[in-house]
Amino acid sequence: MSTKPNDTTDIAAGLLFMAFAAFFGLQATGLEMGTSLRMGPGYFPAVLSAVLFLLGAVILFKALGRPDDEPFGRIAWRGILFILPAPIFFGLTVRGLGFVPALFITTLIASQASVRMRPLSALVLAIVVTIMSTLIFSYGLGLPFRRFGPWLPL
Amino acid sequence: MDLLSNLALGFGVASSLANLAFCLIGVLLGTLIGVLPGIGATATIAMLLPITFQLEPVSSLIMLAGIYYGAQYGGSTTAILINMPGESSSAVTAIDGYQMARQGRAGTALATAAIGSFFAGTVATFLVAIFAPPLTAIALKFGAAEYFSLMVMGLVMSVALAHGSVLKALAMVVLGLLLGMVGTDVYTGAPRFTMGITQFADGLNFVAVAVGVFGIAEILRNLEDEHDREVMTKNISRLFPTRDEFRQMIAPVLRGTGIGSVLGILPGGGAILASFASYTVEKKLSKHPEEFGKGALAGVAGPESANNAGAQTSFIPLLTLGIPANPVMALMIGAMIIQGIVPGPNVVSEQPALFWGIVASMWIGNLMLVVLNLPLIGLWVKLLTVPYYILFPIIMAMCSIGVYSVNSNTYDLFAVAGFGLLGYVLSKLRCEPAPLLLGFVLGPLLEENLRRAMILSRGDPTTFVTRPISATLLVLSLAILVLVFLPQIRKRRDEVFTESDG
Repeated sequence: MSTKPNDTTDIAAGLLFMAFAAFFGLQATGLEMGTSLRMGPGYFPAVLSAVLFLLGAVILFKALGRPDDEPFGRIAWRGILFILPAPIFFGLTVRGLGFVPALFITTLIASQASVRMRPLSALVLAIVVTIMSTLIFSYGLGLPFRRFGPWLPL
Repeated sequence: MDLLSNLALGFGVASSLANLAFCLIGVLLGTLIGVLPGIGATATIAMLLPITFQLEPVSSLIMLAGIYYGAQYGGSTTAILINMPGESSSAVTAIDGYQMARQGRAGTALATAAIGSFFAGTVATFLVAIFAPPLTAIALKFGAAEYFSLMVMGLVMSVALAHGSVLKALAMVVLGLLLGMVGTDVYTGAPRFTMGITQFADGLNFVAVAVGVFGIAEILRNLEDEHDREVMTKNISRLFPTRDEFRQMIAPVLRGTGIGSVLGILPGGGAILASFASYTVEKKLSKHPEEFGKGALAGVAGPESANNAGAQTSFIPLLTLGIPANPVMALMIGAMIIQGIVPGPNVVSEQPALFWGIVASMWIGNLMLVVLNLPLIGLWVKLLTVPYYILFPIIMAMCSIGVYSVNSNTYDLFAVAGFGLLGYVLSKLRCEPAPLLLGFVLGPLLEENLRRAMILSRGDPTTFVTRPISATLLVLSLAILVLVFLPQIRKRRDEVFTESDG
């Protein structure tokens, strides 16, 4: 084990690229390779995976024994926790609940990602966004959304 | 006088009432998102793409183009007033523009940026009109091998122009290419990398990937550290530059326009490079290089002209070859495909009204920007005081609606979340997203042309080097790669990027 400082950012980047390469590479082996005259569906991806694996390894190798020149910085945990579920929630409920309630709750979830947002302003914002979007997208542009879905007892 | 009659046709199309209105909406929207930090042209165009399905092809492309160059204008306002580039191409403007604002010359800086951009936009529009048709004639001679080599060059350029490590940018391109392979193989119909999810059989949705990697990742980065922005609003007293200042800006604007026009054509993000290059040139040529970084007028006039010229001429490869020069142009291809137009050299001959209409609308859009922006500057400044925690929930709502409406696919929204996380992780690991997205778009095209070229040459890989155009393009790409790995150039490149970050 070396005691020298390592560039952890680049080590992580190298490992991530190698992991992606391994994933695509393993999947590609299950596909027909073909010949270089008639390339099969697996040919090009297999070549790319090998290249990516190599690049990842070089990035990893170069990071060893080199100090990290830039700190990793803070991670937006709260952002990840609330921003990422917002589109997923919208996707899961837009058909069932309908456009209006799904969008309202989606905006409400997303707004929680900021520590500065107060409950009342979040509520007002979500209402305004929902009304404006319904007017613009549903009535104005005529996108084919059901405004209220079958899950609601209306 | 083919050019004149073509331009007349274009202006006829672009000046219809509806198209004028869409051009106006586009440039206003573009300025708005350019002014607001934290949401870029790429994410906005991605979100609005599905909505343009309802419009006429010409109108939708005119509006989307307007968003793109409008954002270049708006970005400079933010750069000058709060020292934070609204768009990456105005990063250089922030260096001297913000210093001018601190000296109470914010109005002059804003006006200089607007006038320089307008002049550059006008020249570049004519360049597009003059050079696109002959280039199209060349492009029609392109075979599969030439297209393959051209795309390789585009990808290599995007690597050379990315911030930070060249190796990581290369890895991002390859990862993008692999992600582009997801879906059904065009030749054999075999599903690839879909993990058994039938919704991914048509490939990952491009809009979802773009919104995730550019939009959501950017929001997460902004949420890391919530702080107030200092806006230099009280200092806008005098907008129009004095005669002396006008004289000072003529040469930088002309040089910036020239640099921007040439670099914009190159695939891989010309507008950004153009503004860096122009800044370096101005500093070299200036009689007072010590003024740079302390509020030099030339440091605003040159780069601003260059990035607008570059933004304009980056339409040339799109309109002639059907190959995107940057992620925004990739989205424009998406918009054309949605409308049933096959991008490529045939657009000029088959859809002259569309082609010349877009070209003419660029000039009209630039005129609108100058006329609107100087009087409206107060409004844009007010917008800057809207706190970020109000903005991002709105952006998230628009993201969700935009992505879902592409083809009402729930899995696209899962992809948005997934790619948002991936984009954020990659940006934390200091990997640039632009090469990834370009690789993602070009991946399927690259593979198709590679396979076709190999079949045409009966499995002989030397076809790429025995055909002259293809060989030239490959040699150029190799030269670029060698250049960025040379220690001396590498150091210089790092300096340029550090300067822009500072």
